[in-house]
Amino acid sequence: MKILLMGNPNVGKSVIFSRLTGVRVIASNYPGTTVSYTRGFMKLGEEVAEVIDVPGTYALEPTSEAEEIALQMLNTGDLVINVVNATNMERNLYLTLQLLERGIPMVIALNMWDDTKHRGINIDLDKLRGLLRIPVIPTVALTGQGIKELVESIPRAIAPETPKRSHDKRWADVGKIIEQVQFITHRHHTRFERLTDASVKPLSGGIMAVAVLALGFLIIRFIGESLISYVFDPLFNTLWAPVLLRISDFLGNGGFLHDIVIGRVTGGEINFVESFGLLSSGLYVPFGMVLPYIISFYLVLGLLEDTGYLPRLAVLMDSAMHRLGLHGYAIIPTMLGLGCNVPAVMATRILESKREQFIAATLISIAVPCAALQAMIFGLVGPHGWQYVAMVYGTLFLVWLILGTILNHTVKGFSPELLIEIPPYRLPPWRTVLQKLWMRTYGFLVEAIPIFLGAIVVINILYILGVFDAIANFTAPVVTGLLGLPKEAVTALVVGFLRKDVALGMLAPLALTGGQLVVGSVVLAMFFPCIATFVILFRQLGILNMLKSVGVMVSASLITGGILNLIL
Amino acid sequence: MPDGKQTTLRLMKAGQSGVVVEIHGGYGFVRRLSAMGIRPGKRITKVSAMFMRGPVTVRVDRVQLAIGYGLANRIIVALD
Repeated sequence: MKILLMGNPNVGKSVIFSRLTGVRVIASNYPGTTVSYTRGFMKLGEEVAEVIDVPGTYALEPTSEAEEIALQMLNTGDLVINVVNATNMERNLYLTLQLLERGIPMVIALNMWDDTKHRGINIDLDKLRGLLRIPVIPTVALTGQGIKELVESIPRAIAPETPKRSHDKRWADVGKIIEQVQFITHRHHTRFERLTDASVKPLSGGIMAVAVLALGFLIIRFIGESLISYVFDPLFNTLWAPVLLRISDFLGNGGFLHDIVIGRVTGGEINFVESFGLLSSGLYVPFGMVLPYIISFYLVLGLLEDTGYLPRLAVLMDSAMHRLGLHGYAIIPTMLGLGCNVPAVMATRILESKREQFIAATLISIAVPCAALQAMIFGLVGPHGWQYVAMVYGTLFLVWLILGTILNHTVKGFSPELLIEIPPYRLPPWRTVLQKLWMRTYGFLVEAIPIFLGAIVVINILYILGVFDAIANFTAPVVTGLLGLPKEAVTALVVGFLRKDVALGMLAPLALTGGQLVVGSVVLAMFFPCIATFVILFRQLGILNMLKSVGVMVSASLITGGILNLIL
Repeated sequence: MPDGKQTTLRLMKAGQSGVVVEIHGGYGFVRRLSAMGIRPGKRITKVSAMFMRGPVTVRVDRVQLAIGYGLANRIIVALD
């Protein structure tokens, strides 16, 4: 049996999905978190049923790619759990009636039930059940209330005889149901509501946005730096370094195997950044340098997502984003890109047109550095002075603006206007925030670390075989002539295809000046997507547009690098 | 239906309320708006408008929506 979780955007389908199946999925407080479907399984008596978390949709006439997926899924399901936002029944019931007309067995999870009371909404559940003729179960997905009853109601799902209605008749029927089951006690505006309105007003909203983003950045820096100085550096220096020196002795302080496992040891000391051995840099760079910032970044991003602030940021940024051929909601994939470009490119599906998706995906892969690369920029460029770090960010931001403006004037097609729902602010429970942080950190560990270690081995073998020297001599005119970097720096650009953090690490032993590091970081960030992003770009844009996008990246990065080299 | 002055959502002042009278636009746009809660007969309150032709935010029922500047021009409201 195939059970579909369907409903309007941002009603809690993904949270209910996790509750039913135990499969953790990313849930956030903004419409469009789920852009693709996720499968899971649950036990129903003796049977095992497949459960699918379907992207949210307002009606069964799709207006975005995510909604199209929802419609396709509907044709394959045996039963629908229609998740309805209890605080906004009128709008939600339109989809409910449309679903009933399809004649598929259904139950309703009346979610956010706890919110109805303090919002002055009273719902006559028995009457609602009688009118809809299907089970209606009040739930609070975040706390798990009502989930057991929801599961028990699934065998009672039915598809009552429902005539097909016209659009206007359906709304009229929704109105009749609401009149009979929902009673609202009038309430005055609370102080909290005034505060929430302030975040979408031009002046107060702008000030709040600057404050929120600056605070977010400071928290990321503070937590990241603290983890490095007080946890990871002491661990590596006092515990791991002596072990490595022993192994180094055991392997005879040199030779093929030694160079791969330990790397280069200079003066009886191991430089964790520059040695490039599997057990030295191979562990220190991902755990000691990148992981702390992965943790701190995703903590802050999770808070921004779950409180519901991001759609407000979208409203504030809308006019500016129109100049780049996008609308305000594109800020959400962009923010995700500061963590990892892969989910960010996938999230461009919340944008309605192919043109917007192309522009957004290209801008993200070119000018939005992922958390891993940013951690390395902090770690390697930072010691030369923070003005250099500022130059890297400033350049990438300018590239984002200029390239977006160019794409807006050259890419054919249509960019629609903003039309989004702004969810109410919520205070996310710490448990949820930490669970999501763990999911993402775990994702980094299992997906990034193997590629990382593989890259280190490949790098060492290519070095020993002299392949890098051959490439370096071949590309010297561009790398040295145009970018002003030593010819060996090309190895970083080559390895950047695997992982950009390890690639930037390869610049460390070259003793570059601050200016050269700025050029190197910027070119590396822009030059070519890493393999994971490359694959997702191909899937999202198709081969032709992906090649176009990559062409833009390579040319823009060489131009930008050349200009930087002339200035610095 | 109130017989107040009719204007567009874009021209309304922040804080003003009224009733949606008409929506100009294609079938898809009208459908989309109605599914999100804005259709003739609904009470609507304008919360804010961004400068530089930015979006308008409104409250309908208990939901806040953000609507692009051009789209807001196509929604006709009878003021209270």
